[in-house]
Amino acid sequence: MDLYEYQAKHLFDAHGVPVTPGEVCTTADAAHEAARKIGSAVVVKAQVKTGGRGKAGGVKLADNPDDAQAKAGAILGMDIKGHTVHKVLVTAASDIAAEYYVSFLLDRANRTFLAMASVEGGVEIEEVAVTNPEALAKIRVDALEGCTEAKAKEIADAAGFPEAIKGQVISILQQLWKVLVDEDATLVEVNPLILDPQGTVLALDGKVTLDGNADYRHASHADFEDRDNTDPIELRAKEFDLNYVKLQGEVGIIGNGAGLVMSTLDVVAYAGEEFGGVKPANFLDIGGGASAEVMANGLDIVLNDPEVKSCFVNVFGGITACDAVANGVLKALEMLEANGVELTKPIVARIDGNNAVEGRRILNDANHPLIELVETMDDAARRVAQLAAGK
Amino acid sequence: MAIWLDENSKIIVQGMTGSEGTKHTRRMVASGANVVGGVNAKKAGESVDGIPVFASVAEAMAETGANVSVLFVPPRFTKDAVDEAVDAAMPLAVVITEGVPVHDTAKFFQYAENAGTTRIIGPNCPGIISPGKSNAGIIPADITKAGRIGLVSKSGTLTYQMMYELRDIGFSTCVGIGGDPIIGTTHIDCLAAFQEDPETDAIVMIGEIGGDAEERAAAFIKDNVTKPVVGYVAGFTAPEGKTMGHAGAIVSGSAGTAAAKQEALEAVGVKVGKTPSATAALMREIMTGK
Repeated sequence: MDLYEYQAKHLFDAHGVPVTPGEVCTTADAAHEAARKIGSAVVVKAQVKTGGRGKAGGVKLADNPDDAQAKAGAILGMDIKGHTVHKVLVTAASDIAAEYYVSFLLDRANRTFLAMASVEGGVEIEEVAVTNPEALAKIRVDALEGCTEAKAKEIADAAGFPEAIKGQVISILQQLWKVLVDEDATLVEVNPLILDPQGTVLALDGKVTLDGNADYRHASHADFEDRDNTDPIELRAKEFDLNYVKLQGEVGIIGNGAGLVMSTLDVVAYAGEEFGGVKPANFLDIGGGASAEVMANGLDIVLNDPEVKSCFVNVFGGITACDAVANGVLKALEMLEANGVELTKPIVARIDGNNAVEGRRILNDANHPLIELVETMDDAARRVAQLAAGK
Repeated sequence: MAIWLDENSKIIVQGMTGSEGTKHTRRMVASGANVVGGVNAKKAGESVDGIPVFASVAEAMAETGANVSVLFVPPRFTKDAVDEAVDAAMPLAVVITEGVPVHDTAKFFQYAENAGTTRIIGPNCPGIISPGKSNAGIIPADITKAGRIGLVSKSGTLTYQMMYELRDIGFSTCVGIGGDPIIGTTHIDCLAAFQEDPETDAIVMIGEIGGDAEERAAAFIKDNVTKPVVGYVAGFTAPEGKTMGHAGAIVSGSAGTAAAKQEALEAVGVKVGKTPSATAALMREIMTGK
């Protein structure tokens, strides 16, 4: 889960990383009040989980509370790369003597962690990484040893931080490492890390990505969840504990196993090209078990998506045999009808693998008006795309 | 031969007494795998279907000569369980568990690297099977017969799908390496082992969006693999920034896209299928000339 800047800064502050004080606001009036409390010039910053908000006009300086209110009013509701701004962070404006960059992240390729640091921070850091890679120090951090003081010094030296502030940078690096480890984050990034005219180094922005697998040891992370900005169907799927992602398309997809479902999205999209660009409407992995109840929940979610015109059930029976899957699909439809769900959308099923012959026999014998059985994945994809296109 | 797992493999199951552990131990045994023990400190001295439970991995190894451990340990205990297998110098640890925090995986992987005694497969993987010889994990054993194709895949069900499509030709070893951001055994490790294996004639490699494992595998194939390789990449239509079930399968920016992976593989002579069936057809042509 990616955090908003204000959430990231909350974690920074909790682990001793110096940040400017600020307040998150959802209305222009609240921004006025926040600026009045801060009592100096403020920056009003859109809280969106995407880069480039400054260039999009989502970050504005305000001289006084009235100005802050006006700026917040303009930014709230703004669309930045498809993200609607629902919150702004009002924070004391800092004079900037220098801008730096520091981060810790998971290094998948080397199966460890990586520190990155540069004295050329700011909005152009990605540009720096490409055009002047020597200016961005990359230092491996051993998962077992962690970012010790010696390692932090190595990073600060490699990036070329000025001697006068090196002590501050070393301690900030160690604190950021603590954020990464103690909060189970896969990314902790500060851009810019700034030097103010008084010689203090502090985090002016923050990005943190948390590892959902570690939620069980961080009860407080549930507060970071952004229910307002989550698709309502995704929220409902989450209540069912389903692995669901909403996409823009017409063909509902249900399958077992993340890889097979990803593959199904591709095959349906290819087939859809033939029928005026029909696309998959969702990713839904019901897992290896595929019980009738899980299948019912899955069908409930997918068939209730108003954008869905047809549905593709693509299951490879591995541990769960296909006869159980076939019975699961039929029982799921029964359960939905018993619950008063009106079933009208056609379902194309492809079941293969363990006991496929028996599974297909069960579906054929049931002769359900909405279910069409197709033998191969490619043919089934073509048929379900055709149905979605109304042909 | 085959790779890493054969008829001489003696398997223990860490977490055998749990429900998943017991279920899959039975399946492994039914498929002919030689499961010689289980590990659970609290249930030492008990048994499951006559298979003895030991107090520790070290004790199980000393008593049975086990050389493979399969782990069905819940996520919060997985790191300690893998560390224990490494401490006992278990040659192969297959971590089936899904949902392990990536910091834990980073730590146990580094621990195993430092020790240099244990190959880890997974976590969040279906395991490894050498059809007709042995089976360590949850891959259904009755999908395919033994043969001379090697298979490496991040995804479980796509592994099964490919095994099924080519079941009449058969496989030497199929390895499900898992879809997590950090995994113990990579595509490259498998490619290197299949290249060396006299019982493997050709290799199917299944990848998916996220990371650059497939691109690095392509570079490795160019310099090190002379056997024919056929590839498949899932996730061409996955949108940027969304996680598709596998924690590793997330596209950030331009790197890691399916198109980039396909391009990298094709550039080194790997034939890449557009769908799983098309990929199987490419392999069929290599193996049978049809």
